[in-house]
Amino acid sequence: MQLARVLGEVVSTMKDANLTGMKLLVVQPISPAGEPVGRSLVALDSVGAGVGENVFFVRGREAAFPFYPAEPPTDASIVGIVDRWDLD
Amino acid sequence: MILARVVGTVVATRKDERLVSSKLLVARPVDPSGKADGNYLVAVDTVDAGFGETVLIVSGSSARMASGLKDCPVDAAIVGIVDTVQVKD
Repeated sequence: MQLARVLGEVVSTMKDANLTGMKLLVVQPISPAGEPVGRSLVALDSVGAGVGENVFFVRGREAAFPFYPAEPPTDASIVGIVDRWDLD
Repeated sequence: MILARVVGTVVATRKDERLVSSKLLVARPVDPSGKADGNYLVAVDTVDAGFGETVLIVSGSSARMASGLKDCPVDAAIVGIVDTVQVKD
């Protein structure tokens, strides 16, 4: 899983039937210092995250699991909203 | 998933039999502002996307979860046509 910040929202009318009603968010992976790392991507939201929040997301086939028994075609899903993190 | 713009089509007569009658498109990843970013890829279209449209592409084994692609040899599928991307500055 990776830390990321939610940058924005994607609106799509014509989409896979299994994506109907799901929220698509643009997320930017970040370092623990809060700096952007790598490219932004679109993730499916499973926890009610919003723009500006720090979240963590899961990549790959497992990204569909939060929506079980539905099987949306996604390779990235937000699975937690981060309150804070601490580093020694 | 990544955002990409459809920039062309692929025609292939000889291909895996599970790809027969799938529409193959060439897409180029874009950032949320629409600027091209990264390498071209070939993706199977499941939503009737067309040239110049911004689309959502799902990659890896998750691509096989798109409608009609079960057990197909596919690692990139177009699963949505993007209307708008709203990004906070």
